Amino acid sequence: MPLLLIGALAITVAIHPDFGAFDLQSLGLGALPLALAAAAQAVVVLSGGVDLSIGSLMAVANVLSARSMQHASFGESLVLAALVILGGAVAGALNGAILVLSRVPDVVVTLANGFIWGGVALLILEQPGGGAPEDFLNLATGTLFTPWLPNAFVLLVVAVVAVWLPVRSTRLGLTLYAVGSDRTAAFRSGIDVERTRFFAYVVGGMFSAIGGLALTMTTGIGSPLSGTYYTLSALAAVVIGGVSLAGGRGGMVGPVIAACVLTLIPTDLIFLNIDPNYGQVIQGTLIVLVVMGGGLALLLKRQP
Amino acid sequence: MTEAPLLLDAYDVAKSFGAVVALRSASLRVRAGEVHALMGANGAGKSTLVKMLTGALPPDAGVISIAGRPRRFRSPAEARAAGLVSVYQDPALVPDLTITQNLRLTGANAGVVRKWLGEFGFGGLDFSDFVRDLPLPSLRLIDLARALAAEPDILLLDEITAALPADLAERVFAVARQWRALGHSVIFISHRLAEVSALCDRATVLRDGVTVGVVSPAAGGEEQIVSLMLGTEPGRAADMVPHGHTYRNRAPGKPPALEVVALRCGAMLRDVTFRVQPGEVLGVAALEGQGQQELFDCLAGLRRPDAGTISAEGKALRLRHPADAIREGIVLVPADRLHALLHQRSVRENIALPLVRGLRHWGLLPMRAETARVDKAVRRLQIDTRAAAEVRRLSGGNQQKVVIARWVAAGFKTLLCFDPTRGIDIGTKRQIYTLIRELAAGGASILLFTSELPEIPLTCDRAIVLFGGQVVDELPAAEADEARLLRAAHGLVPRGTVSV
Repeated sequence: MPLLLIGALAITVAIHPDFGAFDLQSLGLGALPLALAAAAQAVVVLSGGVDLSIGSLMAVANVLSARSMQHASFGESLVLAALVILGGAVAGALNGAILVLSRVPDVVVTLANGFIWGGVALLILEQPGGGAPEDFLNLATGTLFTPWLPNAFVLLVVAVVAVWLPVRSTRLGLTLYAVGSDRTAAFRSGIDVERTRFFAYVVGGMFSAIGGLALTMTTGIGSPLSGTYYTLSALAAVVIGGVSLAGGRGGMVGPVIAACVLTLIPTDLIFLNIDPNYGQVIQGTLIVLVVMGGGLALLLKRQP
Repeated sequence: MTEAPLLLDAYDVAKSFGAVVALRSASLRVRAGEVHALMGANGAGKSTLVKMLTGALPPDAGVISIAGRPRRFRSPAEARAAGLVSVYQDPALVPDLTITQNLRLTGANAGVVRKWLGEFGFGGLDFSDFVRDLPLPSLRLIDLARALAAEPDILLLDEITAALPADLAERVFAVARQWRALGHSVIFISHRLAEVSALCDRATVLRDGVTVGVVSPAAGGEEQIVSLMLGTEPGRAADMVPHGHTYRNRAPGKPPALEVVALRCGAMLRDVTFRVQPGEVLGVAALEGQGQQELFDCLAGLRRPDAGTISAEGKALRLRHPADAIREGIVLVPADRLHALLHQRSVRENIALPLVRGLRHWGLLPMRAETARVDKAVRRLQIDTRAAAEVRRLSGGNQQKVVIARWVAAGFKTLLCFDPTRGIDIGTKRQIYTLIRELAAGGASILLFTSELPEIPLTCDRAIVLFGGQVVDELPAAEADEARLLRAAHGLVPRGTVSV
């Protein structure tokens, strides 16, 4: 996975030798929301599910924060951000609860909730607008340490580590992987499968909310339709990032890096003067190649 | 002499799944310090009872007491906490985690587990290996070691020796005896009567959802167990009359329609050799999981054998795909007819399905020819097509007839029937038996696996019995009474019977 990123970066620099701190900054800003969405999707996919409401939840977090932070001070905006993250956890809990109690497939439940959140976002903010204090935006757009380390990357690492590390290193992380790998064996080992799946969606909801906040920081406004791109792109990043769609295999690093790679593609296309609409074609091809490559490697390993 | 206390007392347990009664009145009483076998043929209710003991299912009625206290388990974790730990046929290990991580999931002490693994000779296992990379026998033993590390009062072993080589099985027995010596108990579930006799103090026999007896296997108890499993209902005798035909090889010079030599596949099918002559119905009798599934899968082209040969009419075959088998005239009627049928399509379409391969050109199907053949098949099999625009609306029996009709319409040489009358009413069963005899009389050869042993003398000319992935007995239909088949199916075979 890291090789892919280095390769993509190398290609980018080769194409555009002027690639400098500013371009790194753009990369960071562009990749941040996607990387967080990918993190959200990764947690859920690892537990054996899928979440189709990520984009809509991001939109709600985006418009909610943009609308409420518009005339707030920096301190207030931080408090509001924390509340939004909490709200994301609650939304995720809703996904998880409905899923576990009704036994309806996760695709259906999360898709339906996605539609609901999309509507809620439009109700909160009909047109793009709102804002946030300069200092809050700077958390993502600034360069606190050095021009070569944009805040966006720092924020990404902090956010992922702050949420994922407590999960991964405790029993919840182990049960998450277990449930994703083999639900029956996990059940027989005494794991509360339903509770684990529930928490997977709660964590996913938190990441989605942080992703929505990232949208606020990177765009400076709230836009109710901002999330549509992210749901499936997050899934693409998860697959490219080496997380098995069947669950139980993979980590957080892969999808995050994959998100950066995916963000580089349209940039490279622009540098190459290729129609950026080819971006989707290339994304799709990349998914096929990576998944096929993985499958081929597995096949070769099985044949002694 | 004071009797050891009752560790487990399951009394009058009942369970139904909708209209299907799995258990009517089952009971199981296990004392401290004994190895207790639980036996019963397919469908007797054994696995349902086990699921209730281990907390995977709640009983509809009856009381299960552990050490005198009535308990109601809602999950395997609760059963474990009460002192009843199970080792299932499918090891309860998560494939994508390492052994160490799996042990952490249940809070098992890795050191103690390793100690028990040492007793099996597997003490050197690397715990950082992923479970998915390890072979099944190792996983079974890890599961067992983990169970023992939990120090259960009652250890439940579900078919633990299936897929275990003989030496490992011996070590498992040694450990079971050790456990008994410590004052604990073992519930041992197995089809292998020889093992049960060697290891168990007592055996509870289930039949048709009811406990029919508790026997001591040693000292001639084996015969008692067999007769308990068989039952002695008078009505059965009438069903047992063989069909009265004797097979005559009408073309003695020709090679057999189907010949299997030293076939091996997967863990279950070890070494099977037999042949089926044209116009002959060969029955296969076996308990669950003795390799018959693999055998039929290989013959139908669903799986590739690891070793051995399959020949039809003298020609060795390489079957890589069901289409290969069908081309050679070997066709399959599976137990679950919904696997063979297109659920939502009509009877006609289902029957006509294989005829499509006769198409030479893309485009219109030759409808007239198709209709004629389908009609003929429908009439011959007396399929009640009124009800169905969709085959899934048909009764199970009629669905099965559609499957057979399809092959009748398409033409075939060898018919592989895997438990074709499972779950079908008695009337349709009789129709299918008659049909099989007719097809054989017409020159087709038929391999019939059935889990209902009385069917064998009714329909077949000859029968082989599979046990442990090998043919352990071969006998003409006239001698294939249920008792002999059942004993052979449990591995009890008098010396010198296998000739093949």
